[in-house]
Amino acid sequence: MSLNILVFAKQVPDTKNVTGKAMKDDGTVNRAALPTIFNPEDLNALELALQLRERFGGKVTVVTMGPPAAAAILRHSLFMGADETILITDRKFAGADTLATSYTLSCAAKKIGKFDVILCGRQAIDGDTAQVGPQLAEKLDIPQLTYVEEVQDVKGGKLRARCQIDGGYEVIETPLPVLLTVVDANVPRPAGARRIMQYKKAVTRSELLAKHGGAAYEDANLLAEEEKKLKARNLWIHEWTAADVGADPNRIGLPGSPTKVKQIQSVVLAGGTYKDIALTDAAIKDLVHELVAEHILS
Amino acid sequence: MSKKTIGNVWVFIEQDGGKIADVSLELVCKGRDLADQLGTKVEAVLLGDSVKALCPTLFSYGVDNVFLAEDPNLKHYSPVPFTKIVIDLIKKHKPNIFLFGASVVGRSLAPRVASKQLAGLTADCTDLRIDSFEDKASGKVLPNKLMQIRPAFGGNIIATIVNSWDDPQMVTVREGVMKMTEPQPDRKGEITTVKVELDAADCLVAIIERFKEEKSVNLKGAQIIVSGGYGMGSAAGFALVKKFAEAIGGQVAASRAAVDAGWIDHDHQVGQTGVTVRPRLYIACGISGSVQHRAGMAESAKIIAINSDANAPIFSIAHYGIVGRVEDVLPKFIKAYKSRA
Repeated sequence: MSLNILVFAKQVPDTKNVTGKAMKDDGTVNRAALPTIFNPEDLNALELALQLRERFGGKVTVVTMGPPAAAAILRHSLFMGADETILITDRKFAGADTLATSYTLSCAAKKIGKFDVILCGRQAIDGDTAQVGPQLAEKLDIPQLTYVEEVQDVKGGKLRARCQIDGGYEVIETPLPVLLTVVDANVPRPAGARRIMQYKKAVTRSELLAKHGGAAYEDANLLAEEEKKLKARNLWIHEWTAADVGADPNRIGLPGSPTKVKQIQSVVLAGGTYKDIALTDAAIKDLVHELVAEHILS
Repeated sequence: MSKKTIGNVWVFIEQDGGKIADVSLELVCKGRDLADQLGTKVEAVLLGDSVKALCPTLFSYGVDNVFLAEDPNLKHYSPVPFTKIVIDLIKKHKPNIFLFGASVVGRSLAPRVASKQLAGLTADCTDLRIDSFEDKASGKVLPNKLMQIRPAFGGNIIATIVNSWDDPQMVTVREGVMKMTEPQPDRKGEITTVKVELDAADCLVAIIERFKEEKSVNLKGAQIIVSGGYGMGSAAGFALVKKFAEAIGGQVAASRAAVDAGWIDHDHQVGQTGVTVRPRLYIACGISGSVQHRAGMAESAKIIAINSDANAPIFSIAHYGIVGRVEDVLPKFIKAYKSRA
C-alpha cells in the first residue's frame, strides 16, 4: 500500500509574545510585527503523516496558505522529512475568514488531485477556531475525524483512528479518503541535521528571484535553468497563486468571507500589568465594574 | 412583495445516552433571550435514536418547537449524516441565527454545516448581542444583526464579528459561558417530526469502540474559575470558595494542597498533576502559587490573587491582587458582583 498524504499547515503569530503594537489602527492584526512559528498542532499533524508514511509507505506533501514568508514552515517540513511542499500565496487571499480559507485550500487539494489522507492540526493558536479542517473536508466531500490521537491501522481502503470526545474517546473506522484533525498526542520529531544541510537551500520562485536581485534577474532562460537544477535536487518549493489553483475571485479573501470584524478591543496583556486592589468595598466594587466592562465577568 | 420575515433562532441540541449537554440548555436560554429581542421563536434541532422524551425539558428552558429527527444511525454523532439532516432543515425553514456548543461535536458539525451552506461561523463566542451593523462593503445599515463577541490572539484582543451574508448567522459557544435560567416545567412547545432519509453512502463511518464517562467537572472548558488553596484553612472554609463560584457563575477548582487535605476531589485539581486551564478569569483564593500550580493556570487571560501573605508568588503572575484574608475579601466581592450595573 502507498498513501498519498497531504498536510495542511499554518504559520501563526506566536500569540504568547504579542505586544501592544501588534494591532494596526484599523483593528486588524499587524502580522508583520509579530514573531511567527509553525502552528504547534500542525507539527503533530506532520509527525503523524511521517509516521503513516513509515508504516504504510507513500508520500507526504505539506501545503500552506500564507504570505511569502510562510515558506519558512515548508522548509522546516522538509527538515522533518516531508517529500514535497507547496506555498499558496496571493495578495488576493488577504482578509480571508475560515470559509474563504477552506475554499482556497480545497482548490489546492483538487489541483494536487490524488490524496488518501489529509491531516491538519486540530486548531491554530491565532484564532483557535478549529473550523478550517471540517470545512475543507466538506468542500472535498469526504468525511472528517476530529481530535485524532492516533491512527491504529490503514488497510483495505479504510482507516481506523482513536479520537477524543467530550469525557472519553471513540475508535472510528472510515473509508478513504478522509481528513483528520490531530491533537498534540505525539512528539514532533526534531529537524534532522543532515536534512537541514540539504534543504536549507530550498526556495520558492519568489525567493529565487529576490536572491538574484528581483526583476533584474527576469531572464527567462536563466531562471528556467536554475529552477530545473533546484527541482532535480528536490530543493523547489512550489508557489501557487489564486489563479494557479483555479480559485473563483469572489470566493477568496475579503469578498469570499461572510464574517466581518465590526470592532476590536485590546485587552490588557497577560503579565503586563499588576494592580493592587485595596480591601475596601469601594475598591472591590470598582474591580467588578472593570471586569464587567471588559466582558470578563458577565 | 411582503417584507422579508425574519427567521427563527435555532439551537443544536447535543445529547448523549438520553441526557442533554449543559451547553445546549445554556444556549437555549441565550437563544430565548435573543429571540425575545427579535420577536421570533426559539427552535431546537434534536437528532438521536429515541430521544423524543427530551423535548419537555427543552420546552421548559424556552424552546417553542423541536425539530426531532430519530433514527438508529443518529444514535451517536457522525459528521456526514448529521450535516445532511441539518442542511435539509436549514434550506427548508431558513433560520436567522443558529447556535452550537463549542464542544467536540459542535466544533465538527457547525463548520461542516457552515461550509455547505456558505454561511459565516464564529467560534467560541463569549457574548452575543443584537445590534445594527453598517456594512462598509455595501454601504447598507443592517438592523438586528447578531454581534458575535469573542476573544482572539490568545485572549489579547476582543473582537466583535458580524455575519454580513445571508442567514443563518452561525456561532459556537463554550460550555459555561452562557447562564442557564430556571426552567418552567409547565411550559409547552411543539414537536416537528423530521423524516430521516439516509442512504448507505451517508453512513460509512463506523464507531468501533466508545468510552465516555460523566465528568464531575469540566475545568478545561470553563471561562471563569474560582480556585481554593490551603489558605482556605478547612473544609468549612473551602465551602466559601464554592459559594463564591456559584455567585459569579464560575467553576470550582483547587490547588493540590486543598485536594490532598481532602476538601475537594482530584477532578478539580489545577496544576501540573491536575488539569491545565486557560479561562477568561482565574481567581486564586488562598493559593500561594507554587511553580506546579502556576503551570496549570498561568495562561489564564486574567488572574486575581487573594492571599493574606503579600509575598506569595501567586501575586507575581496576577493582574489584580488583594492582600487580605479570604474570608474578608470574598463576601465583599459577592456583594459587589450582586450590585453590579
